Order: sequence, then structure tokens, then C-alpha cells
Amino acid sequence: MSTAASVAGRRRAGLAAPAILCIAFFMGGPMCIMVFVSLVERAPDGGVIWGNFTTDAYKQFLFEENLLGETTLNADYLRIYLRSALLAGFTVLATLIVGFPTAMYIAMQHPRRRALLIFFLSLPFWVNLLVRNYAWLLLLRANGLLDQAAMALRLTSEPLNILYSNTAIAIGLTYSFLPLMVLPIYAAMEKFDFSLVEAAFDLGASRWQALMHVIVPGVKGGIVAGCLLVFIPGLGSYVTPVLLGGSKSLMIGNLIETQFAAARNWPFGAALAFVLLMMVMAAALLRAALLRKSRRAKSSNP
Amino acid sequence: MYVYLYIPLLILIVFSFNGGRMATIWEGFSLRWYAEVMQSDQFRAATVNSLVVASCAAFLATTLATLAALGFRGRPIRGQGMMVPFLSFPLVIPEIVTAVATLIFFISIGVPLGMVGLIAAHTVFCIPFAFITIKARMDVMDDTLEQAANDLYADPRRTFFSVTLPLLWPAILAGFILAFIVSLDDFVISLFLAGPSSTTLPIYMFGMMRLGVTPAVNAVSTILLVMSVLFVLIAAWINRMQRK
Repeated sequence: MSTAASVAGRRRAGLAAPAILCIAFFMGGPMCIMVFVSLVERAPDGGVIWGNFTTDAYKQFLFEENLLGETTLNADYLRIYLRSALLAGFTVLATLIVGFPTAMYIAMQHPRRRALLIFFLSLPFWVNLLVRNYAWLLLLRANGLLDQAAMALRLTSEPLNILYSNTAIAIGLTYSFLPLMVLPIYAAMEKFDFSLVEAAFDLGASRWQALMHVIVPGVKGGIVAGCLLVFIPGLGSYVTPVLLGGSKSLMIGNLIETQFAAARNWPFGAALAFVLLMMVMAAALLRAALLRKSRRAKSSNP
Repeated sequence: MYVYLYIPLLILIVFSFNGGRMATIWEGFSLRWYAEVMQSDQFRAATVNSLVVASCAAFLATTLATLAALGFRGRPIRGQGMMVPFLSFPLVIPEIVTAVATLIFFISIGVPLGMVGLIAAHTVFCIPFAFITIKARMDVMDDTLEQAANDLYADPRRTFFSVTLPLLWPAILAGFILAFIVSLDDFVISLFLAGPSSTTLPIYMFGMMRLGVTPAVNAVSTILLVMSVLFVLIAAWINRMQRK
């Protein structure tokens, strides 16, 4: 009996193996080589010298050598990382402010209507990211549609000059990733028992108290998942800053791309990508830690 | 909320039918930009490339995902708790990181930049979409029909082909379509991995956008938008059919 079960188990593991191996080879392999390349010397022709290990790429991230050969701190790259983190953080906040009430509204509808609302919420998400950002390019550019509308309404007499700025990137990112915030919060709210809110009202809670002490803790998992799902692509975004941002609002994605296209500095590009990956992993670990903590809190006071 | 989501896209569609030379100044209805785009050889080549890559990648990803979903059916096998999240691994890595890492990987192991590498890379990030769709269906599928087939002395093979597969077929098709759209829409990974002869539609469009905002870009964007929406509607329709 036990051998028959283990044979069946092995056969079923065999079915899963091709997909697992495919991802392990085409994701794991590249990640390992990327880390390796970030630790070797750059060849003059743009390639790398495989045998020569050095941490130059990571030093270049923080320091620069001036004309006298002294190493000084160079905050340029750090500034780009900080700007990206701030923009991604702002995007999380903006999508949360817009997305939370939307998710709550949808969750309170009749089940049939809910499915339809969710469908139309996620539909734009399947449209190409380039197309979605390009649509905002039409709206935001100088003498574009937003300017035309604002001038027609006599709100302003000059172009607003929103395009090619951090504001434009924030607008583009918020628009691009909004569904990623709404969907997990909605999923959590669908399971949430709204009679608890009525109970809170009966016990004399104000609307704000009911929201903060009953609903938000109840759907916390969905909120955290949504924040992470928005933060990760926001931090590593390439399309939005290229189309809507200017040369003064570079993000990590553009910086990495430059190392592979124009600068031909693979070790530095690989190091930049690795730092980005570590930031994302840190965010994911933070979420896992939060989940564990809330689970422990739940089990300790049932 | 919905107004905010749809207005920019609707404006884009409207202005793709603009007759004038300016992208955002309306000068009357016309299809001239569509005609101009369709006549371009580069556009046609890019469309063919996109469709080939998306079909191959979606087919491979759906096949692998279906096998994996079948493997995870019933009593959990050893290590399943690790394996299921691992299949979604490509989704949590920022695209730009995957793109540069795969570029370095391909060049180091000697895979030339072009269609083959593009299909391999697309297959990898399509697997999660196909897998999640098929697994979701399998989790709610009850196995009474299969048990009945067993009781009627159907051998495992016959049970699979005459009972399991027909029940699962709509989910496999829906998974295939989602994988197809995801591949068709991909830009960042393709940008790094496509050689000069394997330009896909989003890369072609990006090239046009860099040259300037023109009504022709509006037209190409609208074509891509309509393609995505059409396929999503088909996938949603299939999902509805199977629930009935």
C-alpha cells in the first residue's frame, strides 16, 4: 500500500517537474549569473572578464574617484534609488486611498453586480502598459488635452507643464497599478463578515471607529498584499518613467537599462539590478513577518 | 473610479480616428492612419513576430502548467507547499531584473538573441498565469465522475481522456488565452532579448513613440488595445460557459 502510494506520488511529482525545472533553469540560472557578473571585472570592449573578481561595481554605486584619485561619496545613484522608492511609496498610498473605498463599494454590491464590476476593473489591466501610459502622454503633454481643457475652462492661461516630471510619473504609476491594489482588498472584503460592522454600530461606535477598529483589521491581509503588489512593479518600473518622466526624473529601471544599452557596463548594471532585487525581497520578507506576527497574535488570544 | 480608468483609453481610441496630422487636435473622422500603419512592412513583420512568439509561448506554458496542475491534484505530494508558490516566482521579480538577468544568461550560454530565446523567456513568465487559471478550476472540480468511470472499469488512461480532460478543457483554453495576452503585451523583457529581426509589436510601437506623438501611434496603440480586450472577453466568456 505504502509503496503504491509513493509510486503514485512520484509519478505526480514527475508531472509537475517540467514546469518547475523550466522556471528553475530560466529564472534561477539568470539570477545566479547576474550575481556572478556583478562581481567580476568589466572588459574594455563592453563585455566582462570572467576570472577577475572585484567589488568595483558595488563601489561605483556609492563612491566615485575624483581627478586626484581620491574616493569620495557619490550620492547620485542613491538619489535615484531613493526617488524610485519614494515614487513607488507614493503610488502605494495613492492607490490605497482610491482603491480601498472602491473595493468596499464593490464588496457591498449584489454578487452578480460584483462580478461585473470586478471584470471591468481588471479589463484595463490587460491592456498593454505602453498603451496605458501613452494615453496619459496625450493628456499631459504641453498643449495636450488636459491643457486644452484647463484653458477652455479658464483655469489657467499657460500650459501646466506636468509632463516629464515626478508628478507625471506618479500619475502614470497610480493609473497603471490601481487594479493590483483593489483586487486583493476586495478578495479579503468578500470573506469579511459585515454583520460585525452592524454590531460595532449597535455598541455605539462612530463610522470612523467602525472603519478603523473593525473593517481595517479584518481585511489587513488584503491591504498588505495590495501594497506589496503595487510597490514591487512601481519600484522597478521602466515604461512609465521613459514615457512620462524627463531626464531629471530617472528611475532605477532607466538606470539599469542605460548600463546595458549606452554605457555597456554589465557588472555595474548587474549590481544595480541585484540591489533592486534585494529591495524587493526585503519588502516581501517584511510582509511575511507581518503575516506571521498577526497569525501569532490571533492564536494567542482566541 | 471607472470613469478615471476608462477616459484616457477612450480618448486614445477617439484620436486614432483623427484625420489631421496632429495627435491631439481633432480635424475630423478618418481611417487614414490605420491604412498607413497597415501598409508598413515593419508593422506587418512585427505583428507576425508577436503572434508567433505569443502562440508558441502560450502553447508551451499551458502544456507545462496543465501537467503541473494535474500533478498537484488530490492528496498533497511531498514538497507541494514549496512547489506551488515557486510556480508564481516569475511574477514577484521586477521585470527589468528578469530582463537583464536573462540577457546576461543567454549571452553567456550562447543563445543568440532572437525568436527562440524570446519564446523561452516568454514561456517562463506565462506559466504562472496558465497555472493559476487551471489550478483554480481543478480545485473546485469534484471527482465523482472520475470515480464513476473507475467503477465502470475504465482504465486510468481512458478515464483521463474521456472524463478529466473534457471537464478541464475550458480552463486550459482560458489559461492559454491569458498566457497569449500576457506574452503579446510584454515589452520590457522583449526589449532586451529581441534581436533586430525579431522585433515584436510593443517594441515597434515603442520605437514610434520615441520618434514623436503622432496619430499613427494612436492607431497602433488602439490596434493593440483592441486585441487585448478581445482576447480577455473570449477568456471571460469561456469561463462563464463552464460555470453554467
